[in-house]
Amino acid sequence: MKRVVITGAGTINALGHDVAETLASMREGRCGIAPLDVRDADRLMVSIGAQVQGFSSEGLFNRQQMALYDRFTQFALVAAREAINQSGLNFAGELAHKTGAILGNSGGGMTTIDENYRSVYEEGKNRVHPFVVPKLMNNAAASHVSMEFNLKGPTFTVSSACASSNHAMAQAFQMVRTGMSPVMITGGSESMLCFGGVKAWEGMRVMSKTACRPFSANRNGMVQGEGAGIFVFEEYEHAKKRGADILAEVVGFAMTSDASDIVMPSKQGAARTIAGAMSDAGITPEQVGYINAHGTGTAANDKTESAAVADVFGLHADTVMISSTKSMHGHLIGGTGAVELLACIMALRDGVIAPTIGYEEPDPECALDVVPNEAREAKVEYALSNAFAFGGLNAVLALRRAS
Amino acid sequence: MAEIKQKVVEIIAEQAVLEPSDVSMDHTLEDLGIDSLGLVESIFAIEEAFDVQVPFNANDPSESDFDISDVKSIVTGVEKLVAEQHS
Repeated sequence: MKRVVITGAGTINALGHDVAETLASMREGRCGIAPLDVRDADRLMVSIGAQVQGFSSEGLFNRQQMALYDRFTQFALVAAREAINQSGLNFAGELAHKTGAILGNSGGGMTTIDENYRSVYEEGKNRVHPFVVPKLMNNAAASHVSMEFNLKGPTFTVSSACASSNHAMAQAFQMVRTGMSPVMITGGSESMLCFGGVKAWEGMRVMSKTACRPFSANRNGMVQGEGAGIFVFEEYEHAKKRGADILAEVVGFAMTSDASDIVMPSKQGAARTIAGAMSDAGITPEQVGYINAHGTGTAANDKTESAAVADVFGLHADTVMISSTKSMHGHLIGGTGAVELLACIMALRDGVIAPTIGYEEPDPECALDVVPNEAREAKVEYALSNAFAFGGLNAVLALRRAS
Repeated sequence: MAEIKQKVVEIIAEQAVLEPSDVSMDHTLEDLGIDSLGLVESIFAIEEAFDVQVPFNANDPSESDFDISDVKSIVTGVEKLVAEQHS
């Protein structure tokens, strides 16, 4: 088995247009949630979200590319450029043939779908733009990343709702670990903050109209976000030989299915996945200093996740730090695990634990150290990143500080 | 008012896969085997049937401004919403 390290990271989300700005925002505990600026927002009952502000595709893509890229693809490309540029890798020859892009997302080109349904249903048009299908397909982002960077290896999209990115990264990890690919580009992106996207979520009645307050007794639901997180996963010797800067090491993962309910989370399923990731990494709870929680801010998730961590960590549950950065960047659904991995990297590399902001009242059912409201300095050797999706699909990653 | 009651009972009975005559006013949703998803579906059906907005958040049903403790409380809540709508 090969060791797998992260040699590049990129992002765009409500907290920043790159990794440095995002991590600075997390350190400051800045909230990216604001009133939604989307068409027909006055018809929405949930009118807040963590939108990427000040983003313009002008100058980033040419006219022909813009006609082909839905917002979720644009986000993926912006983040991929940052990550691959940081890694210093150039994909040609054998490396290009073996490197692929495995990205997560849940909604595909939701903005494209929304705009074109409007035009045929609302405006009664009988003709749509020829690129509707290549824009909305869920694999568009992965395909365009592979095209821009000449990645000719295994490339596909993973879609498992809120666990999509973690499943994608687990798959990429597995490919590098087993020696199938020396390098994989992985992560995820999402852009559902359009009228139809938010409307669909409103229907579930689990969205907050005010704020995302994970683990707080007065939490009242999730808040959607958008953006992308992309990483370069590289085989350790390959990275070392070329003197690459190693951001962190990926050391284990686990994936499970609750096989019980389509929306309600399961403590047993979550616990089994957390324990499985540690077992795969060959570590014990005492070695884990930080957990980036799934922490959606719904009543059901946060108490179930807290109970699962308490079960698996035993006495150490009182000392491990666990925070939900969704309180700041919102829930990026299929892209969320990727943006949240940045918080794990910050904990391991910079010794800064991102806070759970908006925390107001302790909840006895979430009695863990949730790093409320303010970032904290701490030396962390291992970190976990949780994702527990609708459909009962769970994926947890384990990371180690670069050594 | 009797019509509202009858319609609410029909909606709840359909979710519970029961005959309306099998649903009594003191049944709780739990008694009727309606889970959280069934509850959200029932509320949607009520909103559609009466053209009202039910103040309900699945994160905290107990703190929502709509009492779902039994069939009677749901009927009363809907009657109130319908009355408010027409006032």
